[in-house]
Amino acid sequence: MPDPLPTDSVGIVTPQTLHFDTPITLACSQTLESYDLVIETYGKLNADATNAVLICHALSGHHHAAGYHSKEDRKPGWWDSCIGPGKPIDTNRFFVVSLNNLGGCHGSTGPGSINPKTGQPYGPDFPVITVRDWVHSQALLADRLGIECWAAVVGGSLGGMQALQWSLDYPDRLRHAVTIASTPRLSAQNIAFNEVARQAITSDREFHDGRYYEHDTLPRRGLMLARMVGHITYLSDASMGEKFGRELRDQAYKFGYDAEFQVESYLRYQGERFSESFDANTYLLMTKALDYFDPAYEHDNDLAKALLRARCEFLVVSFSTDWRFTPARSEELVNAMIAARRKVSYAEIDAPWGHDAFLIPTPRYTAIFHSYMDRVAREVGA
Amino acid sequence: MRADLKIIEQWISAGSHVLDLGCGDGTLLDYLQREKQATGFGLEINPDHITTCMGRGVSVIEQNLDTQGLGNFEDHSFDTVLMTQALQAVRRPDMVLDEMLRVGREGIVTFPNFAYWRLRWYLMRRGRMPESETLPYKWYNTPNIHLCTFNDFEALCYRKDFRILNRTVVDGEHQDRWLSRLWPNMLGQIAIYRITREES
Repeated sequence: MPDPLPTDSVGIVTPQTLHFDTPITLACSQTLESYDLVIETYGKLNADATNAVLICHALSGHHHAAGYHSKEDRKPGWWDSCIGPGKPIDTNRFFVVSLNNLGGCHGSTGPGSINPKTGQPYGPDFPVITVRDWVHSQALLADRLGIECWAAVVGGSLGGMQALQWSLDYPDRLRHAVTIASTPRLSAQNIAFNEVARQAITSDREFHDGRYYEHDTLPRRGLMLARMVGHITYLSDASMGEKFGRELRDQAYKFGYDAEFQVESYLRYQGERFSESFDANTYLLMTKALDYFDPAYEHDNDLAKALLRARCEFLVVSFSTDWRFTPARSEELVNAMIAARRKVSYAEIDAPWGHDAFLIPTPRYTAIFHSYMDRVAREVGA
Repeated sequence: MRADLKIIEQWISAGSHVLDLGCGDGTLLDYLQREKQATGFGLEINPDHITTCMGRGVSVIEQNLDTQGLGNFEDHSFDTVLMTQALQAVRRPDMVLDEMLRVGREGIVTFPNFAYWRLRWYLMRRGRMPESETLPYKWYNTPNIHLCTFNDFEALCYRKDFRILNRTVVDGEHQDRWLSRLWPNMLGQIAIYRITREES
């Protein structure tokens, strides 16, 4: 944590675990009898509970979106650039709720949790969770927190899909949905990349059909590979070129197969770190949730028809070099909203960082986000 | 509010679904939303304008008419499609007008009249491309690449079988003056047209 603390930081935050006893039935028709959700909150809920903003995380995200857990923390939460006093999601005005989704591996009930029926970790027996299930559990969380209607539900990438799903499943429980660098459904190419990631994990000998916890091991190699391929899709050719070029770790070629180029060692390092801190079964589950997401599916593949249920206003943002979820995918979503006559604003931000751009505060992105959220705040009297 | 916007506002019925091409900072749409319970969208490419629109609750879509067209809008999906002071800046005004009247029942366009007497006088006296308060650019850096006169515009409407429902000319302050009504092509500075493809 930097000293002194920047004035636009939420400072030290403490996560809390909420236990839910009422069984929740999931899209796969399985039921979780009870479960935990880990959350963090920033800012204060106002008397009418109108100023609450829900943050939905992406594939490898979690509840720690802003601030620091301790003075020793090197890095703040994953979306600290956008959440804090005076930032686009202004904690002086909003009560911000961020959670670790069901199936996650940062404290909420997931594949690594103990299955009360067996006394062993769920592992592969943990049900496959969909975006709709997440939104369902988030609605129950809102009930618990006394939030009848969110001022906004906000998310990037997979988080944006949750914001969209909110608008369809609980149209009266949010005023605004903000979907950033997202898509109304995955393309064949997106699913293909996810499948490579899953194959990398499941073909690791240490995976043990998902029961690696009992074998006291981790499918490190598989998860590392999965992360490496994923990571490539989050960056752009240009940003990788800018960061690494063809730079070598040593001066000359070694004519071997070790990591010689900087980009190789970077990917390996990131992959290794990830494989120690993330759960392989959760990774499988999250990629599956991505693949299944397709709100138009139940409406004759007509997204506009699906959107007729939505009541909230939308902000859709894309980034010019994002090739994972391209601006064209956001425009697909926007066009369906236009056809359905929903209120929507859209901007394509020129940014070189590919999909990851949604985490990086560029002036225009920040300005738009600020302007939109400022209006949301005024609307709810925050 | 600008006087031309006041005139336009009279031609839009309450509860209309409106598309504003080049909506700027969203002043008109904001007004129509509040005063006329209108719904709809603005298209804009200027980043600052887009930010302002978002801040005031105007639905704005970042979309470039020249490169992206209006292909993403369905036929007859709007009551009125507006374009104020942008017709002369698009690559193909004729095609934009076609598209306006494909997606909307009616179109409202405003543009500067290049046959305004001061511009004629400027050209005649100096032999140089006219510059004025309404057209404050050099010939080489002007965004106004398709300037026309009232008569040109009406000829195009005639050729395309567009029906002119209303026409008004105003001066630089967007005031409707009796003199410019007398001889619009000479004395009118800015034209406001309301057109449709539908039969009367």
